Amino acid sequence: MKCRKCPQKAVINMRQHKLALCAVHFPQWMVEQTQRFIQKYRMFTPEERVLVAVSGGKDSLSLWDILWQLGYQVDGVYISLGIDGGFGYSQKSQALCEKFAAQRGLKLIVVSASDQVGLTIPELAAVTQRGKDKPCSVCGLTKRHILDRVALEGKYDALATGHNLDDEVAVLFGNTLNWNVGYLSRQSPVLPARHPGLVRKVKPLCRFYEREMAAYALVRGIEYIYEECPHAEGSTTIYYKTLLNQLEADRPGAKLSFYLAFLRAKEKGLFAQFFPEEEGLGAGGEVLHTCPNCGGPTTLEGLCAFCRMVDKVHEMGKQT
Amino acid sequence: METVKIVLRDQEYEVKGGMTLRDALNQLGINRESVLATRQGELITDDEILRPGETIRLVAVISGG
Ligand code: SF4
Ligand SMILES: [Zn+2]
Ligand SMILES: [Zn+2]
Repeated sequence: MKCRKCPQKAVINMRQHKLALCAVHFPQWMVEQTQRFIQKYRMFTPEERVLVAVSGGKDSLSLWDILWQLGYQVDGVYISLGIDGGFGYSQKSQALCEKFAAQRGLKLIVVSASDQVGLTIPELAAVTQRGKDKPCSVCGLTKRHILDRVALEGKYDALATGHNLDDEVAVLFGNTLNWNVGYLSRQSPVLPARHPGLVRKVKPLCRFYEREMAAYALVRGIEYIYEECPHAEGSTTIYYKTLLNQLEADRPGAKLSFYLAFLRAKEKGLFAQFFPEEEGLGAGGEVLHTCPNCGGPTTLEGLCAFCRMVDKVHEMGKQT
Repeated sequence: METVKIVLRDQEYEVKGGMTLRDALNQLGINRESVLATRQGELITDDEILRPGETIRLVAVISGG
């Protein structure tokens, strides 16, 4: 198969766009498209400072690479979770992020969960109710908390994450199966800061298939961690992604149109009543209070969920 | 050496040379949307004809944290 733009051999065929591109034109196209989405969804401007959350995976490192090529003011943040999984998952992924940043002369902020909480994610999961089945809930809570704090302390205008279209569609599919309108109303390429303790969240890769992100990383020679976090195994996300790819194989473009039709429906106000425009309101319209400890948002008065969890852990430490 | 070796993570498969990558993936029950294929480190599209004796490495693209 030939490249649409030159006589070279194509390295990828994107059936949903009826577009095949070569090793030169494909990464160029990805960079141009990203710029288009940043503008279309008004994610951030060249004057603003952006923090990219990197995990060492293909998506987040490719995102950082793209934003860097586009000339944005962009630093990275890596959260060390202390997950080993028998192959040094956290260590390995941190080393890859550091190498990536050093090669390009970019600034990487490294924050360790155990410095913030006193325990690694697996330790934290083992001692909390929230973590009793899997560390993912504790991990997600901790990551979200740390990312907002780091972004606000560093006075960044936006926090960018590497969510691709398959990530977004898997979430959308799950929330649609349950008709979880609160979550549906909040899912968006851009989530403005609705509380002084939050930073704007943006997903510049939200329209790229996961397959394209892996191809981009390969073509650009980005070294990423191929192994999964050991706790991702058997996750619902992977299950939904597999199902959706079966659909995609039979009907090219099914994932993309599911996502875009959802965004259009949202724009027309389909979920508006569940997510009022005013600042200071959470999904579902509940009032957001301010956590007296960290300044973050909380739907209940008093400490936020993260500070409550840390408090409990500290009390347990005193008792033993 | 008539066959083509197809490697995905720690799995190894064998198919006949001369067919397209797309047909080979179908035969093995591997979804073409969930993988990328490389020949000597270079990405190839799935209309490529497999050459007897070669090894095709597949890259799984789904991740799910
Ligand atoms: S899979 Fe779970 S534990 Fe692993 S990084 Fe993701 S949320 Fe954290
Ligand atoms: Zn080309
Ligand atoms: Zn708090």
